[in-house]
Amino acid sequence: MSLRGEAAITGIGELKPMKGPAGKTSAGLAAEAAKHAIEDAGLKREEVDGLLLTHSLWDLSILLPEQLAEYMKITPAYADTMDVGGASGAAMVWRAAAAVKAGVCKNVLCVCGDALNVSRFYEGPRRMGPLQAEFERPYTVMPANCAFAMIARRHMHEYGTTREQIAQVAVKQRANACLHPDAIFHGQPISVDDVLKSPLVADPLHRLDMVMPVSGAAAYIVTAADRAGDALHPPVYLLGCGEYVTHNIISQAPTLTKSPATVSAKRAFEMAGVTPGDIDHVGLYDCYTITVIVELEDVGFCPKGEGGSFVAEMDTSPTGKLPLNTHGGELSFGQAGHSGGMSFVVEAVQQLRGEAGQRQVPNCELAFINGNGGFLSIQTSLVLGRSR
Amino acid sequence: MTQSAYAKGLPEPTEVSQPFWSAAKNRELRIQRCTRCRQYVFYPREMCPYCLTLTLEWVKVTGRGKVYSWTVVRRPTEPRFEKKVPFVFAVVELEEGPHLATNIVNCKLEDISMGMPVQAVFDDITPEITLVKFEPCR
Repeated sequence: MSLRGEAAITGIGELKPMKGPAGKTSAGLAAEAAKHAIEDAGLKREEVDGLLLTHSLWDLSILLPEQLAEYMKITPAYADTMDVGGASGAAMVWRAAAAVKAGVCKNVLCVCGDALNVSRFYEGPRRMGPLQAEFERPYTVMPANCAFAMIARRHMHEYGTTREQIAQVAVKQRANACLHPDAIFHGQPISVDDVLKSPLVADPLHRLDMVMPVSGAAAYIVTAADRAGDALHPPVYLLGCGEYVTHNIISQAPTLTKSPATVSAKRAFEMAGVTPGDIDHVGLYDCYTITVIVELEDVGFCPKGEGGSFVAEMDTSPTGKLPLNTHGGELSFGQAGHSGGMSFVVEAVQQLRGEAGQRQVPNCELAFINGNGGFLSIQTSLVLGRSR
Repeated sequence: MTQSAYAKGLPEPTEVSQPFWSAAKNRELRIQRCTRCRQYVFYPREMCPYCLTLTLEWVKVTGRGKVYSWTVVRRPTEPRFEKKVPFVFAVVELEEGPHLATNIVNCKLEDISMGMPVQAVFDDITPEITLVKFEPCR
């Protein structure tokens, strides 16, 4: 069974990322983004009959879909909490598409909201389970920084990738963020020097190699393609998808230099019937700079091991040869918990609709998104397009 | 996991993992081996992940391995590590095959290298818990 052309994203909503606590709850933020998406899709709240959400990462206050259903008085026929970490925001697209294709529901609201609460900031990693708590956590802080630091070091060792090349990811995405008025670092361009002079957190990664946690929320509506033509905005069709899981915690990773995208992206391209060369706009999950480099290779934009030189030499701006993370990615737009992963979907939709303003990629027909969860643990790949 | 143990970053041994922690207290590295396919298994679990057999046995291993990758942690993003930075977090590949998360100790930071041969050492962090760390083979 293929999901090609079966469903479309017809509405989006995204709150401007906020530094620090928002004075609101994760549920309140999620509901606000959801309201925007419902209105953007031209729907009434009563027409939403599917609900997918992910745990609020910063405080684990949202765990069940019923919590948000109750909060907004939505009564879905299909409800799920799905959690594949940062990949969730992308992974919801194909799950919602499968549900509408199966006829279980008509309009799926996909949403994440996350209120930064410094005192509860370390709740999120509990989700990785008791084995990480017992066998990794005694030896270090916040495993994510360490995990990707080890991934970076291994990549540098095996392929000769340099610190300057890795820093280019941050620099170029920051330049893109300067075109997005909502980006948390809008108006603050940086250089390779700035990245390498920022504090060393977990060698070899510096602070500017890492995301900026923010409060925020994002949402989108997925509808059957047959009903999407009457929407307020041009529908964005799901053309291909793929997903793959290899491990959970970093000490169990089968490799530190390859990611599940080697499998998930291939499946997505095959389903869509397109190749990396056909793609006009790319969104690659960027919890850390090195993540983007690994994904560029494994998705197929450049040969394995050449991600560093590729990103250093490529024009990744909206008018460049490979527009990449044109909203700045989580590194420069901000990571509002799990809604960070949704920001790539929202950006791709705006690009394909022609609504990306100063960031608009000319003649944008096809977009590719790669979501990452955990430590290169699980990845989901999507091909989205303007035409069915 | 209990709130306080999680906050302190202390391992909470389970019935399944207790032999590992008891051995560590006795300055021994013991991990599981599958009785059917003979592969070594870590972290401790009820089932062999290679052949799904439910009978694993505990065996003493050499304690030798090599550095698979590492990072020097310089910012203590949690209070419990404030006095410990800089320290080394690493994944070590045991001679027998499995990987485990650990600290590299008794080694100058600039001397750590990819694939460096290391040997298990034991650190009593509480009266109940001894952590398994690694130092360069001499």
